[in-house]
This record gives sequence, structure tokens and C-alpha cells, in this order.
Amino acid sequence: MTNVIYAIVVLGVLGAVFGLVLAIASKIFEVKKDPREEEILSHLAGANCGGCGFPGCAGCAAAILAGTAPVNACAPAGAENAAAIAAIMGQEAPSGERQVAYVRCNGGTNAKKRFDYVGVKDCISATKVAAGPLECAFGCLGFGSCVSACQFGAMSIGANGAAVVDPDKCTNCGACMAACPRKLIVSVPASKKVHVACANRDKGKAAMSVCNSSCIGCGLCEKECKKDAIHVENGVAVIDYDKCVGCKLCTKVCPRDAIQPAATAEEKEKYKAIKKAQAEKAAAAKAAAAQAETAEKA
Amino acid sequence: MEQITNLLAITLAAILANNFIFSQFLGCCPFLGVSKKVDTAVGMGIAVTFVMGLASAVCYAVNLLLINLGLGYMQTVAFILVIAALVQFIEMFLQKSMPALYTALGVYLPLITTNCAVLGVVLLNVQNNYNFIESVVYGITGGLGFLLAIVLFASIRERLAFADYPKAFDGFPIALVTAGLMALAFMGFSGLKVW
Repeated sequence: MTNVIYAIVVLGVLGAVFGLVLAIASKIFEVKKDPREEEILSHLAGANCGGCGFPGCAGCAAAILAGTAPVNACAPAGAENAAAIAAIMGQEAPSGERQVAYVRCNGGTNAKKRFDYVGVKDCISATKVAAGPLECAFGCLGFGSCVSACQFGAMSIGANGAAVVDPDKCTNCGACMAACPRKLIVSVPASKKVHVACANRDKGKAAMSVCNSSCIGCGLCEKECKKDAIHVENGVAVIDYDKCVGCKLCTKVCPRDAIQPAATAEEKEKYKAIKKAQAEKAAAAKAAAAQAETAEKA
Repeated sequence: MEQITNLLAITLAAILANNFIFSQFLGCCPFLGVSKKVDTAVGMGIAVTFVMGLASAVCYAVNLLLINLGLGYMQTVAFILVIAALVQFIEMFLQKSMPALYTALGVYLPLITTNCAVLGVVLLNVQNNYNFIESVVYGITGGLGFLLAIVLFASIRERLAFADYPKAFDGFPIALVTAGLMALAFMGFSGLKVW
């Protein structure tokens, strides 16, 4: 027993001596660090997700301090913390609203399969086998590479087999966007609710034959939009979020239900009826005006 | 005279015949991790040499103390304590005086703490019953052997960029093959005898 106490005491004293020497040395060799770095670090998300492109949060803090990264480099920290960091750096708070990730595919079970893929459950692996098991070369494979890349539990494979983002949990860190071999995931403003859920750049029949909910580039939405906010670019409809007001008119005319949230058949019928009534009214008014004109002439 | 021959024998053995990396396979983690560039390899080698020499000296004293107190069985724990404190000290010193080397070594600097070559050299000192001078010489020359190995290896790895090897060997596989070949070459020194 005394032996044990002896050993503990000796090693304890040894440790204390070394500790003392190190404490003195740390005073002598003290490096003046910019206190702002610690402050910036405290405002970062602390998940070490690597979404900013720097090695960990400490690397990001150092880069922000050095001016090589913007004050809002840390997407997961959110606008509030970006403003706090801006205050530390003596800059104005960056404007711009919160962005979230969005998967531009609602294919899943709607998409036609070429074969059953039974290999490793990983999207990149799946694309290596005869260019993927889907007929659609643009569609979500649904093996969840983005789900495993997400550090925040915001990604999941939806009921129909395509990946979906939970906008409440999403921090827009960009990990899923890098993980997706088909680059289907993009940043969208969190307040906007209408999105084109397809990235198929093929036109017409080619897009129609591979999936039941593909954008065929027909341009009906483009004509319907009152705000000039949706355009067919490279064969797929793209929403200009600066102009979109979320009226959902485009979802009601889309013959493919490729714009989310998709309108129900009932809503579509209703909208058709309203439009028909409006058209009739306009025609009647026009006819009346023409009649009046001829009456005036006479 | 005999003392000097003895030290020479220890030196040659530590650097060439019993090289810590190539014949004892101690300290392979920094050997593979910090050998991508010759500059950082030199820095790492010098840091390890410094720690090994210093650790040998301090651990000799600590070992003497432990044996006198009848606590010889605690030597491994005590040595780890000494090494950890030394590495911490060197880290502070480098951060102050050589920040460029400090950032270049990165995470591998605190990892010297767990570099088995350092613990290996102090344990071998005890095992071989070296006196103080022999211990320090073995520590420093062991470190120099590490420096030689890592610098040679880093310069080969720099040239590997232009080598035409199968793509599957890219990165660590080709590095390990290279290390194995170098270890074979160092085996040639095992016949070396000066006494």
C-alpha cells in the first residue's frame, strides 16, 4: 500500500514540476494572438463541417480575420452571427436572406428505371454502373449520398424515393451540393416556396419518356407568369427568385407537375374554369366594344 | 579512447545500421505524414532530433531518480510524462520563434508526443544500460537517423510526382512501397562494424 502511495506522490510531484516549468515557459514564449480570432470563432457554427472550404472552424476564423473569407463565410452560423462577426471586423452587416438547399428533382418512383442497381448504396457508385439505373440522366438516384453528407440531419430520402431537404434544419453549408454526383442540389432563398423540381435539360418527348414528372420545356409556365419570373433555359424551367412572388400560377398550368408544390387536379380544373370565364368575359367585352364602335360609326 | 570508439559505434548504429525508421520501424506516422515536402521534412526531423536528445537527457535523470526510489516499474509512465512536457515546451518555443515552421508542421508537432521513436529511444537507453553521455548521443544520433530517413524519403516522394506508376498506387501505396525499398537498402548497413 505504501508503495502505491509512494508512486502516486513521486509521479504527482514530477508532473507538478513539469507543469510549473511549462507554465513559466508559456509566459516567456507567449504569442500575442489577435483576440478577435477567438471572438469570431465563438460566432461560427462549431460543427467543423468544412462547408466554407477552410480546415475547420478555426481555419475559417483565421481566414475571416485575414480578410480572405467574407464575414458570412460560415453559412450554418446564420445571418445573426454573420452580423456579429461583421461588427467584430468593423464592417457592415451583410444583407441577403437565409438560403437553404433544394433538390431539383421530384422523380423517385415517377422516374423510369433501366435496371435494378444492387451495388453499394451510394450515388457516385451507382452512376458508375452503365451511367446509373435511371433512364433520366439528370434525376435523383435516391441512394442518399447527400443524406450521409449532411451534418445537420436536414436531408432525407422522401416518400417517393427522391432526396428532400428539411428547410428548417438546413444551414446551407453546401455539403450535400458537393456530394451529389448529378449536381441536383442548389441554394434557394428560404422564404420562396415555389421551385422547379426537375433538372432535365432534354426537350419534349425525350424528357417525357424518362419520367412522369419531368420538365419538358413546354413554356406554359413562362406564358402564365405575370411577373416574368420563370423562363425555360436550356430545356428546363428556371425561377428567378428576385421576381417570383409565389403566386403558384405556374404550378397550375404545368402539365407535368414539375413545379413544386404541385397543384391538385381540382385546383387545376378550378383555375381552368376561372381562366375560361375570364377569356369569355374579355371576348364579350371586346365584342361589345366592337359593337359600340360600329354603332358610333353608323 | 575506448569511450570514443564506443560512442562512434553507437552513432553509426543509430544512424545507419539500426535506423529507427528503417530497421526498428519506430516513428512511422510522422515519417509518412510529413514527408511530402523536403522543407517540412527537414523541420520535422530537426524537431524530433531535438526532442529525442533532450528526452534522453531528462529521462536519464528521471530514470535514476525512479530507480533510487525503487520505482523502476513506473519508468514508461514517467517517460511519457517527460516527453509530453518537452513537446509542449518545443511547441511554445517554435510558435514564438519560428511561426513558419510551426504552421508547416501543423498537427504533426503535437504528435511527436506520441512518436514511438522518442519513447523508443529512452526505453532503449535504459535497456542497453547506457550512461548519461551514451544516452544523449544515442538520442541525438537516433534523431539524426530519423532526419536522414525522412529527408531522403521526402526527396524521393517529390520526384515520384513525375514517375509513371499505376494509378491505383497513387498516394500512400506508392509511398509505402518506396519506404519498403529504402528499408531493404538500409539493411545493407547491418554488416557495418567499427569495433
